[in-house]
Amino acid sequence: MQDLQRLAASGRVPAPEVMAARARRWGWWYYVEYWLRTAKAWFQSILIYMVGEPLLYLVALGVGLGTLVDNGVGTVDGVPYLVFVAPALLISTVVMSTGGELTYPVMAGFKWDRLYYGPHATPVTPAQIATGHLIGVLIRFVVQSLIFWAIMVAFDAVPRGVLVSALVIPIGVLSAAAFGALLQAYASTLQDEGYQFAFVQRFVIMPMFLFAGTFFPLSAMPVYLHWVGWISPVWHGTQLARQVTYGAVEPAWLTVVHVLFLLALTVVGVLWARRSYTRRMGS
Amino acid sequence: MPPVTSVVPGDPIVVAEDLTKVYGDNRAVDGISFSISQGESFGLLGPNGAGKSTTMRMIGGTLTRTGGTMRVAGLDPAERGPEVRAHLGVVPQQDNLDEELTVRDNLIVYGRYFGLPHSYLRTKADELIEFAQLTEKAKAKTTALSGGMKRRLTIARALVNEPKLLLLDEPTTGLDPQARHVLWDRLFRLKEVGVTLVVTTHFMDEAEQLCDRLIVIDHGRIMAEGSPRALIREHSTREVVEVRFGAQRNAAVVDQLEDVATRLEVLPDRILVYTDDGEAALEEITGRGLNPITSLVRRSSLEDVFLRLTGRTLVD
Ligand SMILES: Nc1ncnc2c1ncn2[C@@H]1O[C@H](COP(=O)(O)OP(=O)(O)OP(=O)(O)O)[C@@H](O)[C@H]1O
Ligand SMILES: [Mg+2]
Repeated sequence: MQDLQRLAASGRVPAPEVMAARARRWGWWYYVEYWLRTAKAWFQSILIYMVGEPLLYLVALGVGLGTLVDNGVGTVDGVPYLVFVAPALLISTVVMSTGGELTYPVMAGFKWDRLYYGPHATPVTPAQIATGHLIGVLIRFVVQSLIFWAIMVAFDAVPRGVLVSALVIPIGVLSAAAFGALLQAYASTLQDEGYQFAFVQRFVIMPMFLFAGTFFPLSAMPVYLHWVGWISPVWHGTQLARQVTYGAVEPAWLTVVHVLFLLALTVVGVLWARRSYTRRMGS
Repeated sequence: MPPVTSVVPGDPIVVAEDLTKVYGDNRAVDGISFSISQGESFGLLGPNGAGKSTTMRMIGGTLTRTGGTMRVAGLDPAERGPEVRAHLGVVPQQDNLDEELTVRDNLIVYGRYFGLPHSYLRTKADELIEFAQLTEKAKAKTTALSGGMKRRLTIARALVNEPKLLLLDEPTTGLDPQARHVLWDRLFRLKEVGVTLVVTTHFMDEAEQLCDRLIVIDHGRIMAEGSPRALIREHSTREVVEVRFGAQRNAAVVDQLEDVATRLEVLPDRILVYTDDGEAALEEITGRGLNPITSLVRRSSLEDVFLRLTGRTLVD
């Protein structure tokens, strides 16, 4: 018969105060650990996607369409089309991936599999669960940006130099955080089956991809459409990425605006998500 | 046993006063007060929607209360949630295991939420898997478990932090009778080594077997409180005769049974005759030529207490 005395009080567990103190400090990280453990299961398929997507885009748009553009108008923003479009594709694809990571999985956490309610019964708080989930996803985006960047290097699309251009990795992650945190917060407010996500996909994410200076400079669009770029994290991220990959020229104040805008969206999204998770799980 | 925490033996570990939870205009928990001593096994008994789960969640502070006070190990869970929950093992009514993870990983992940190191969790996971009788399934994905196995895993998971207070919301729902008895035995032994148990159930036998003391809840209010035996003594007779005359005749016979019984309950399919001597009452009934289709003499149970208090049966 099993020794239940040992099972119930082995003497190897720290006092509750100690466990609580650890969780108050590191609870978000414990959730990240969990997220990474579940990610292991589908890492292979996601890896194929993370390698395949940049290859497809860069070959089709950079090389294919690029040949056409370069033969027609010469250069765009002073560089070959592949060099112009590659950093934008990195930012866009990473931001678009939030549409899969921070929508339905959030619904699953609250509703379908109730996965958030496991840690909710432990010293880990709902706010930490929210942040942990976001950070887990951002770690995936670090890998995704890194792979995309490596492929850009292989395509010789980083004239400013390999080292400086590596800054596209944090820029990509920051852009994804700016949009992803808001999306996660929004998803956490939905009570039904998440029909709204299809709408978000079509009317928020796609326009950002198409009209936020990805394929042509914002200036090529009529002025009354420029706002689409200005409110879009994709545009701000793309402009930053272009500076570090080929040295696109912009006034310094605008660079500051890009960074501040992305940081501000991230902070708002994170705070909103933490609050919304706390409310929803406590009711 | 090694000394644990700020909790002093014998002191109440949970004290609730005028605890209230209102959803819209539904008073799910309507001003209930109770106190649970260390090492006690305490039950919340009541029908669907009585407010049992709501009360449980307010103990752990995972549900904000509308009113009243709550102290767990001297702390208010609304303010010191992480500290309170570090004392607890929680078995929710609905399993929320990660089906994509293995049995073992579910335990390890959960232990990490308490800040427990991997070195501890590796051996602990094996002990808990043995406790849950899932040794063969340790490396299987949780999806591959039956409902009862998942339930056992959820219960094992709640023990990962060696809690002093175990909250069990309908722990044996979905278990077969044998697994239920095994679990009762395990819980009983945990209690023997000093773990305080709080159990909700609508199984009478579970409440009678497991609980030193219980409260009967209905519509968010406490209807009665005491040990199972005391409650039965106070609210029922020693024995009950269950007689069936068929739906048609039931009503007609009632008048002729009045003076045989201390009390009668007429249910749609049977009549319950409350008396201290069941055999004698049944003899009297047959002696009057009433000839029930079936008859059964049994001891009073908590079911009868509940029927008496609320006019309704607990399990329908
Ligand atoms: N999240 C919620 N929102 C609104 N009402 C709720 C919510 N959770 C519970 N209730 C209501 O509160 C009351 C008590 O519910 P509770 O789940 O505590 O009952 P219970 O005693 O656990 O029942 P059961 O035996 O079915 O588990 C019910 O009337 C229920 O409809
Ligand atoms: Mg319940």
